[in-house]
This record gives sequence, C-alpha cells and structure tokens, in this order.
Amino acid sequence: MALRSLATRKTLTLALNSTRLAQSRALQTFSLPDLPYDYGALEPAISGEIMQLHHQKHHQTYITNYNKALEQLHDAIQKGDSSTVVKLQSAIKFNGGGHINHSIFWKNLAPIREGGGEPPHGSLGWAIDTNFGSLESLIQKMNAEGAALQGSGWVWLGLDKELKKLVVETTANQDPLVTNGPNLVPLLGIDVWEHAYYLQYKNVRPDYLKNVWKVINWKYASEVYEKESA
Amino acid sequence: MAATTSMVTSLTFTIPSLGLRLPTRSYPCVKPQRRFVRKAASNVITATYELKAPPYPLNALEPHMSRETLEYHWGKHHRTYVENLNKQVVGTDLEGLSLEDIIIVTYNKGDILPAFNNAAQAWNHDFFWESMKPGGGGKPSGDLLDLIERDFGSFERFIEEFKSAAATQFGSGWAWLAYKANRLDVENAVNPWPSEKDKKLVIVKSPNAVNPLVWDYFPLLTIDVWEHAYYLDFQNQRPDYISVFMEKLVSWETVNTRLEKAKARAAEREMEEERRRKEEEEGKPTNEEDDDDDLEMYVDNDNDDSEAE
Repeated sequence: MALRSLATRKTLTLALNSTRLAQSRALQTFSLPDLPYDYGALEPAISGEIMQLHHQKHHQTYITNYNKALEQLHDAIQKGDSSTVVKLQSAIKFNGGGHINHSIFWKNLAPIREGGGEPPHGSLGWAIDTNFGSLESLIQKMNAEGAALQGSGWVWLGLDKELKKLVVETTANQDPLVTNGPNLVPLLGIDVWEHAYYLQYKNVRPDYLKNVWKVINWKYASEVYEKESA
Repeated sequence: MAATTSMVTSLTFTIPSLGLRLPTRSYPCVKPQRRFVRKAASNVITATYELKAPPYPLNALEPHMSRETLEYHWGKHHRTYVENLNKQVVGTDLEGLSLEDIIIVTYNKGDILPAFNNAAQAWNHDFFWESMKPGGGGKPSGDLLDLIERDFGSFERFIEEFKSAAATQFGSGWAWLAYKANRLDVENAVNPWPSEKDKKLVIVKSPNAVNPLVWDYFPLLTIDVWEHAYYLDFQNQRPDYISVFMEKLVSWETVNTRLEKAKARAAEREMEEERRRKEEEEGKPTNEEDDDDDLEMYVDNDNDDSEAE
C-alpha cells in the first residue's frame, strides 16, 4: 500500500517501479547530470567558480544523500518498517527536491552566445504579457519575491495546468514547486540559496537576481510551456 | 539589589493595536542595546537598535574565521538586519521594546509578523559573536561540564550531538545549546531526559531566524549555519566549519556565565511561582493581568528536520 502510493507519486520522481521491485531488489540510483555548457560559460553573470562548486559539490551532495535515503526507504519498505518510511520523508523531500530543482536550474541557464537572456518568443511570450503585463513586470515580480525570501529557497515561474495560467511562486529550502500545488509545472526556477551567488555577489542578492536574467534560457522554458499547455 | 529586584519582577502589559499581551522579562545575559534619541524637530523620542561590534577585532578569529567573513557577516548582514529593524519599528507599537520582547511578540505563535526576522537575526548575531573568542574551543569545566555530562552522557557525546544538529539543519538556520527550565518540549530538540523533567540542557536547531527565546528556553551557545556564515572560508563544507567552531572558537567562559545566569533566573521564577501559589491558596484576589508565569509558549511547527515554511 505504502509502496504503491510512493511509486506512483510523480512529485518525488521516485524511479521506483512496483512491478520491478517485486521482481528484484535492485534500486535505481541517480547520478549527477552533465552541465550543457562549461562552468565558465555564464561569466560574467555567474562565475565559473560558483558554477563548479554548485554543480560538483552541492548538486552532487543532494544526489548522494537522495540515493542514501532511497536505499534506506527501500530497506524499510522491505522490512515493513512504517515508522522509518515516514521518518525518511523529510530527507527525501530535501535531497530529492535538491536534485529535481538543480536539474531544472541548469537547463534554465544558457551562455549568452547560445541564446541566454534572449526574451521568449511565441506562446510563452504571449502568456507572460497576458498574465503579467510584460516580461519586464514578470522579472520585477520575481526579483522582488526572490529578494524577500527569508533564508534559503527558490523563486519560480510556473504553469498552473488546471487554471491554465502562469504563476510566480516561492518555495523554501529545496522544496520543489509541486509542493505548492499538484498542478504546478516549473518553467523557470531561480536558486536564491546563498551558495548560488555568495562568492560573487556576497550579501547583495538583488544584484545576483538582476544579472541572472542575462543568462536565462527562455527557449527551454518555452518548450516546457508549449508541451505542458498543449 | 535594585537590579535583582527588577529581575524578579515580571510584568505583563498590552499593546493595544496588536491586542497582544506581552511579558516583559529581563535576559541578564543580554545587555540592553537601546539608545534613545530625541529628535530636535519633532520632539518625538524614538528607540533605535544599535549594531554592536563583536567583542574582539574582526581579524582576531583567523585563521579559523577570516576577517573577510566577519567584514561581511557582521559589517553587512548583521548591520542590514539592525537597520531594517529600525526602519520597521519606527512609529509602531514595537518601538521602544527590548529586542527580546519584539522577538516574542512578533513570533506570534509561529505565525510570524514582519519585524520578527530582523529582530531575531539582530539578537542571534549578537549572541553568536559573543559565543566565540580568539583561542576558544577546548573543554568547559565546573557546573557546565557537570551538567553536560549529566544530560548528554559525556562531553564527547554532547559535541557529537551538537555537530549533528548543526549539520542537519536543512537550509538556513541555527543550532543551539539551551537551558530548559520549562515543561515545553520542542519537536526538533535533542532532549536527553524525558519531557517531564525540566532544568536540563537541550540541543535544538531552528530554521532561518527562529531562536529558543520563542520557546522560553535560555540560550547558552549558538552556531550560525546560514551559508553566509561559512561560505567564504569553507564553501560547501559545513561540517568542517562546525568542527572548527567547536574546536577553536567556542567561548566556554561565556557559555558558563550564561548558564549561571539562566539557573539564577530560573530559580527566581520558581520562587515567584511559589509565592503566587501561596497567595492564591491564602485566597487573596489575584490580578487578572498578573498571571503571566503561565506564559503562553508556542512550539515551532517544524518537524525534526526543520524545513521552514
């Protein structure tokens, strides 16, 4: 019962497959995805040093701890240890969320010469104008909410698939956007953890937010939007 | 003598527009930081909170905590919290209250009001700077060590649990050693004794700006685990930062002094409660406004892993 509901929850992208689990004890683990550009390719908006630490250390640690938690979950399920299954949820949300969020974030960025910062065209461009007035107002709104977020977290442009409209949301720590609502699909997430900007921008988060738009990959966001709103 | 009396006295007053009852309490371990400024033009007295400097030069913790880290952490982050707090409280009912009182009022049963983050962070950083000293670390002695051994089994065990709390605080926040003299158990605390036994040391972690004052605990020691506290020196290596803090920076003298004051304060409260109980038994009419020893306390609703909202 617990196994079935876990395996069918999209929210955690648990790559557990109940039929396969029944057949074997093998557990799929996750590994660090490659960045689609060099560490230094987003300079001067984001330094190569930040990108390298962020990808090789932070993202890797989320993956390592996510895999660890999944293994423990697997064992606990096998043993029918419900208390441990429940106890593991926070580690799964945090580390699994960290993996989900960073995997999206890398695709949300692109070097300027590869189209980073180029405003969205087509249906996403129209939708932004309709929902927020203009791209400028959307950026302003996301910057304001990102700057106001206390502690660590993310600011998102999401698609509410039920209401069929774009929304700006924030999540704390590594909570993925879907924790704000099951119908929310992330188009663009900006990491406002201090590790995302501290070596370069120090305490001035608003400057990081201002500059990150120069390397935002709107093409990727548009593709997701078109696929999800179709 | 006068100071002792005022520490024993516990009053409650009401902030009309917020409709909140506010206990005034003195925290002997915290020096008052208010400076009253009379504005010549308006003749209005405003209270401002001052950015207090750490009790050592900014390079004094090197090589364990760099001057650059202190320059940003104290000179920018801490300063911004204080400045924003001053902007937020000016002209409000909070103006003129002690930082501790603002923290408790604006914590607002966990449904925090806007000034909470700045007030608590201003207080937390003062407390953090004073928790360290050049040439710190080592092992405490006396009562403090006795209590640590009593409540955690051994000093080594305590270190292990404190480090673990600091390392596992998801996201930004703090880890604390606190003296718990009430019966409230906070969910994410390491409570070495069963909950019915109070007057013990506890380790607790808190998200973002939250601190143990909101649970009516007496904080004794804290480590800041916001990334800005260690990122310039340790980058992603939070566990290394925590180890260096424990081994080279903790001022056990300060912690010891805080513990003595906390115990004295807890004893005073107990006597006060006892006195009140006797008065009630003797059938004296009790003042409705004077029952704040049953201080309402609110447990932060975070789970064990403190994923903050």
